[in-house]
Amino acid sequence: MMKPTDTKNPNYYHKVVDCQWACPAHTPVPEYIRLIAQRKYTEAYMINWESNVFPGVLGRTCDRPCEPACRRVRVDEEPVAICRLKRAAADNKSDVSGLLPEIPNQKNGKKIAMIGGGPASLTVARDLMPLGYDCTVYEKDPQAGGLMRTNIPSFRLPVGVIDEEVDRILDFGVVKKFNQEVKSLKVILDEDYDAIFIGTGAPKGKDLNVPGRHEASNNIHVGIDWLTSVAFKHIDKIGQRVVVIGGGNTAMDCCRTSLRLGGKDVKVTVRSPKSDMKASDWEIEEAELEGIPIFDNHSPKEFIHENGKLKGVLFEKMKAEYNDGKRTLTATGETVLFECDDVLLAIGQENAFPWIERDIGIEFNQWEQPIVDKTTFQSTQPRVFFGGDAAWGPENIIWAVAHGHQAAISIDNFCQNKDLKDRPSPLTNLVSQKMGIHEWSYPNDISNDDRFAVPHADIETSLTDLNLEVELGYDEKLAFDEAQRCLNCDIQTVFTENLCIECDACVDICPIDCINFTHNDTEENLRKKLTVPALNLTQDILVSDTLKTGRVMVKDEDMCLHCGLCAERCPTGAWDMQKFTYIESHAKKSTISEYVE
Amino acid sequence: MTFIKKPIFRHPSLPTNAIGLTYRDYEGVVSTLCAGCGHDSITASIIDACFELSLPAHKIAKLSGIGCSSKTPNYFLNNAHGFNSVHGRMPSVATGANLANRDLTYIGVSGDGDTASIGLGQYCHAIRRQLNLTYIVENNGTYGLTKGQFSATNDKNSKNKRGMDNPFGSIDLAVIAIELGAGFVARSFSGDKEQLVPLIKAALEYDGFALIDVISPCVTFNNHGYSTKSYDYIREHRSVFGDLDFVPEEETINTSYAEGETISLKLHNGREINFKKLGDDHDPTNQHKVINTLRENRAEGKVTTGLLYIDPNKSDLHQTLKTSNTPLNALPMDDLCPGNDFIDNINNLFR
Repeated sequence: MMKPTDTKNPNYYHKVVDCQWACPAHTPVPEYIRLIAQRKYTEAYMINWESNVFPGVLGRTCDRPCEPACRRVRVDEEPVAICRLKRAAADNKSDVSGLLPEIPNQKNGKKIAMIGGGPASLTVARDLMPLGYDCTVYEKDPQAGGLMRTNIPSFRLPVGVIDEEVDRILDFGVVKKFNQEVKSLKVILDEDYDAIFIGTGAPKGKDLNVPGRHEASNNIHVGIDWLTSVAFKHIDKIGQRVVVIGGGNTAMDCCRTSLRLGGKDVKVTVRSPKSDMKASDWEIEEAELEGIPIFDNHSPKEFIHENGKLKGVLFEKMKAEYNDGKRTLTATGETVLFECDDVLLAIGQENAFPWIERDIGIEFNQWEQPIVDKTTFQSTQPRVFFGGDAAWGPENIIWAVAHGHQAAISIDNFCQNKDLKDRPSPLTNLVSQKMGIHEWSYPNDISNDDRFAVPHADIETSLTDLNLEVELGYDEKLAFDEAQRCLNCDIQTVFTENLCIECDACVDICPIDCINFTHNDTEENLRKKLTVPALNLTQDILVSDTLKTGRVMVKDEDMCLHCGLCAERCPTGAWDMQKFTYIESHAKKSTISEYVE
Repeated sequence: MTFIKKPIFRHPSLPTNAIGLTYRDYEGVVSTLCAGCGHDSITASIIDACFELSLPAHKIAKLSGIGCSSKTPNYFLNNAHGFNSVHGRMPSVATGANLANRDLTYIGVSGDGDTASIGLGQYCHAIRRQLNLTYIVENNGTYGLTKGQFSATNDKNSKNKRGMDNPFGSIDLAVIAIELGAGFVARSFSGDKEQLVPLIKAALEYDGFALIDVISPCVTFNNHGYSTKSYDYIREHRSVFGDLDFVPEEETINTSYAEGETISLKLHNGREINFKKLGDDHDPTNQHKVINTLRENRAEGKVTTGLLYIDPNKSDLHQTLKTSNTPLNALPMDDLCPGNDFIDNINNLFR
């Protein structure tokens, strides 16, 4: 027998909001999408800013874990374009300077050092500055931003967008120690910082040690270093024939940048089958749209050179075999030579800490990775915290932001002598959206449209200008139309047992057949005996207490459209549509609630 | 009332029937009846029954009179033929349609006012003639559209919403139907689809007049504590007169009952109905016993539901009148109207 679902546990309704649940920073997605539809771009932007700090950047570059999670994928096909809607909020917002947190003139006397000026460190600074901390950022490059600035080419992310969102935090009064590469953590520890946050990312591109690598090194470049040099304008051209080795997003950025710096014949080669490539689908799509061929199952064997002048790369063709989901790549013996002038290596990157002394209390594991607590982000040296790619290897910007928020909470607790395990609970709320018998304060008449494509700049012009942004972003009309595709999964179907007269009205009207009245059983049996069996075990079922006839109400959350028809057809108000607000707690008191309608 | 259209999205694993349709292909427009109306559950049951029988909607005609109940054909089978007729006159329109095209399946939806008051005469004669029609009465004991006056099926001990007594006794449509010789008489409750859907399926397959009197609570005017047609009252006072299991022709009978006796009845079209008796007195083919049981139960305050009476051997109107096997509307003009010479020949026989 299943017990009635405990909807008081904030995780129950939070999980129903698939996008927010999947987002590492738990951004309240449906809320800001509704605000975009109301042309309240500034409010939508601020909700994002509070939660993920870099909405303009993320609206162009986020890895979007929210989109594959979107319920629309399950009932329709394509997810709501959450990421690009975020950009629409950033593009159309008004001046937000008046809405930013106040930075106290009277500091609290605690000094924090952040090593590395990327998204993780900046998030820590964003959360701690309003609390009166004195924050110092060390950055080896002349400008802050980290990989957002150095590794993402400007045709995907214009410099102006990075400047705006990075400077907003620096302008809180962060002490900038730029062009200063920290060579020894011991030196920093010996200064008077109360806590140190390490957000140095994963800046070490992997090399490829095959014959000829050393001899032809003049024309073989490590992708992320090369992209950084392009970003800081130290490199502005490349040979006509370029081979990019690697299948991740960096490879996609390398090949597309090559095209804009004089590359005419640019190829991407991957060791694995194309379907196993690490790059996001949309990045692969964009590269192919620009005419770049991808050769999969090609494993580099040798760099061919004549007296140190690179002539090409010899590849061996591979064959992939799958056994019980495990892939094995075997060499076929067949080789192929791609002639080229330059090679870009984009076969992965890692974090490395040659600058951290091994005798200052920070323990490293067998893979030379620091031991970091998964909840507190504290290392074995209590004053030192890690976050972003520096903590556990390469992830995405949104993860760095989420780490930064958590590390800031820990640093605040640490400096105030509080228990680090004592994490602030999220702010949650549940409010009826009923405006009349069949009127709701959210748009329940959902759009049947397919996902709207984002307009692109003319491809010919794009390829001649490194700084011309390829994606133009949604205009207001497209943003509105796309926003209407959102199912408003944060508007919860709340069931009150003692009001139900078991008239079946909700069962009859539900377009997706997720409501059932049946006799209680084990979860496994209940799931099987529903009108449409609830076979997606990643989604919960909502089970009521026993009703008058001895049955229970069972609702499968999986496909629910949140259209509110069950509540409209309910004669007694046993069903109600209530907005569930979930706001992740930060060190800085969140002001999202000011923007939530 | 609901203003928005029902979303077109449906569950991707929704089952399909023998003709490849989901139950949603049998839907109509969104109901404009009060939220929680029993009639909407009956609508859903009709949809389920037609879906499960894999009936093609274009071979169905749905007819109704006037009233809340008679609005409902708009809410199911969007692709069926439909006729929303005059108050109480649905049986006449159905008779005409049925005589013209015997190939369609006829579903008549009526209410307690439409049937037991203004249309009582029409009701009686449709039964008397054994019109091949599934006649569903959505019986809530009240005139909902005119704000809740007592209808002729409202029980004498049932007060109205404001506590006023009902001065008159009620008409039992099922007893009348059995008395007048209907071959298929059932009563059910809108709140019990497990009972109602098989009954509708059996009625649709029955050749002849099939009545299903469905108690359907009016949430707005007749669902209060002293009503005898409320959800709570029916659930408390219902006595089930045998379980029904409808076995379509193409399936073998594989239902086995743990206790009680089962009667299998073969219909004209070869399909079979399994009826599980719940007691010795319950024989759905014995007209007198059934009427007695209904009266006794009623005296005890019980509402008897289930398949009450069935005679699988009744002739329907077409058999009685020996009409053409080809529907009249499909007969060629030459057969329908043989011409002046032919008529003259007949007339000459009498000169």
